[in-house]
Amino acid sequence: MARKLLLEHDSVPGIETFEVYRKHGGYRSVEKALKKMSPQEVVEEVQKSGLRGRGGAGFPTGMKWSFLAKPEGVPRYLLCNADESEPGTFKDRYLMEKLPHLLIEGMIVSSYALGANLSYIYIRGEYMWILDILEKAIDEAYAKGFLGKNILGSGFDLDLRVAPGGGAYICGEETALIESLEGKRGNPRMKPPFPAVKGLWGCPTVVNNVETLMAVVPIINEGGDEYAKIGVGKSTGTKLISAGGNLARPGVYELEMGLSVEEFIYGDDWCRGIANGKKLKACVPGGSSVPILPAHLVTKTAAGEDRLMTYESLADGGFATGSMLGSGGFIVFDEDQCIVRNTWNFARFYAHESCGQCSPCREGTGWMEKVLNRLEHGQGNLRDIDLLEEINKKIEGNTICPLGDAAAWPVAAAIRHFREEFEWHVSHREESQTRNYGLLKESLVG
Amino acid sequence: MVKVTIDDIQIEVEDGTSILNAARLIGGEVVPPAMCYYSKLPGTGGKCRTCLVEVAAGSEKDPRPMPKLVASCSTPVQDGMIVKNKTSEKVHTNRGAVVEFLLINHPLDCPVCDQAGECHLQDLGFEHGSEGTRYEEERRTFDPIDIGNKIKLHMNRCILCYRCVHVANQLTDKRVHGVLNRGEHTEISTYIEAAVENDFSGNMIDVCPVGALTDKTFRFKSRVWFLKPMEASCECTKCSGKTVVWMFGNEIYRVTARKDKYGEVEDQDGKAGWICNECRFEKKDPAQWNIIGPRTINRHSVISQGKYSAARANSQKKIENE
Repeated sequence: MARKLLLEHDSVPGIETFEVYRKHGGYRSVEKALKKMSPQEVVEEVQKSGLRGRGGAGFPTGMKWSFLAKPEGVPRYLLCNADESEPGTFKDRYLMEKLPHLLIEGMIVSSYALGANLSYIYIRGEYMWILDILEKAIDEAYAKGFLGKNILGSGFDLDLRVAPGGGAYICGEETALIESLEGKRGNPRMKPPFPAVKGLWGCPTVVNNVETLMAVVPIINEGGDEYAKIGVGKSTGTKLISAGGNLARPGVYELEMGLSVEEFIYGDDWCRGIANGKKLKACVPGGSSVPILPAHLVTKTAAGEDRLMTYESLADGGFATGSMLGSGGFIVFDEDQCIVRNTWNFARFYAHESCGQCSPCREGTGWMEKVLNRLEHGQGNLRDIDLLEEINKKIEGNTICPLGDAAAWPVAAAIRHFREEFEWHVSHREESQTRNYGLLKESLVG
Repeated sequence: MVKVTIDDIQIEVEDGTSILNAARLIGGEVVPPAMCYYSKLPGTGGKCRTCLVEVAAGSEKDPRPMPKLVASCSTPVQDGMIVKNKTSEKVHTNRGAVVEFLLINHPLDCPVCDQAGECHLQDLGFEHGSEGTRYEEERRTFDPIDIGNKIKLHMNRCILCYRCVHVANQLTDKRVHGVLNRGEHTEISTYIEAAVENDFSGNMIDVCPVGALTDKTFRFKSRVWFLKPMEASCECTKCSGKTVVWMFGNEIYRVTARKDKYGEVEDQDGKAGWICNECRFEKKDPAQWNIIGPRTINRHSVISQGKYSAARANSQKKIENE
């Protein structure tokens, strides 16, 4: 079995309580960081580790931290982005349900590194039971002196609060998250200024994903260099993948970066292949907003190399033949799934979740949804397929925040790789209402 | 001061100026259109995406081009920045796309819309739009809501520029309307139906780039291009009292603020010339006004097609000769 850093103790009964968590080595990193290290040293360890943001964009965490402005007399904030709402992604949910203290531990160390004395966990509104779990854990941490004034006698104060969102996908975008936390409508802000300069209440702010903050704990415990030894190239450490779709054993897996995609889908330790003995048709490797890949590009790159679970390998070939690791929402489709219906489903999600602030996204996502709705229900024309390509090209890059891109990419990729299936929906209007297209081309199946 | 080049024209501007404002200092064709940005209302801009421009070089220090088009209204200039607006094919294509997006759900009811003739969306559609539409779906409609007896809200025409929200925030003491819902269903509304009534709420009409907010005291009375815009003033305790009255014969049909070539209110006595509701809605008797003379409408729409600017120039010449 692969090495586990975050999920080492997830199956221990009562690990969500302070006592059990502490007994299994919990809060060691807080002791080490607060007693033996300076904030700058913590930042340097994270930089050495090569840790990249686990929320989807994969931006180096250490670099993000180093951008934080530090003007005199202005408070700084660390926000944990627990607004996990990308379809297909459910790793943070599992992490927070099982290991609330790991998140608190990571946030104490990270807040210490950044000089934040008040930090927030912004959790999506649909995760209300996790809010209770977190608040209970936070109360325990306060009672044991790991939160509050003068933590472990180090002179460092930290208050940690949980703030629930209203259940909007857009509030996972960092500036919309900040707006929402300030009590306003969750509209993304114009950048620049970036949150590192002007974030929550106009103060320098860092927003990090749940898994990113948790990964800080093993980095401090074992050292950044040790952490960087795991993985391949610039994709260091372990990554949680929430595997869903038509897999024999879907679930949340922690894997070392660099595992081959083939091993991950078919390996006995992992997903154990496609459910019910069917064949792989397509895969969305990083949550609904990344490009979909047809079977022959899932396990091998266009150049014929093995596709690995790393930021670079999954992106190999650009958008023409590659995709992205994204947030690790690994969605697998078997031979009986309809790509048109799935694309429509994703488009419906983005049309519903667009904040409506800027015109290309507000109007474009709704337009794509309507056109795909027609195609899926046997009302489409061939020109609709070209129209979809046109629309997504005109949304992409023209919006305030990346939601526009996230809405455009899956549609663009589905048409790029499965155009024949879209055309079949037009040429076989009635048949497409009663059965699925099945495998595109037998030869393409890897 | 920083140097910036827009469409091959170089200009020196204050640090922190936006690309759009730098272009406005040059003037003419290089100025990108703006539907949501309003210089007199801090915080506006960035939403409509019509002012997108290409940055071919970020700055002297870092001459790399910016990967995406940027909203010129909210991107500050850098020293040595090279911006392409009219000269960029990419801008042309994408601005056309934004116009298409703005129009797909617009009712296109210009023949019965009071804004026709002074509508920024009409101008934009004329300059960057295409003939016909590729939109085959049903257009979005909203249930009408009543926001009082002075202002008519016609949500179907709205392009969600948020300007009226900023007016309510910045000019009135209590905002009762705002933005509800999200995505396609986003709308300007009062949530629980309420009248938008405040001394300065009428300015929402002036800032609205389309016919979503119109003057109920003027509704369906006349097309704007049949009226004579006249500069007028009155003694007013609430505002500057400096307005434009729109006349037909000796009757005043409507009163608006004095607006510049970008459709924004001009400064009066050193501050933005917003006018109060009393001047706008109540004073329709010429005896209440000191009418100064014809107003030049310095815009390219049908209202300015002609008559008064030439007449005014002539009369000015006469005065000078005398």
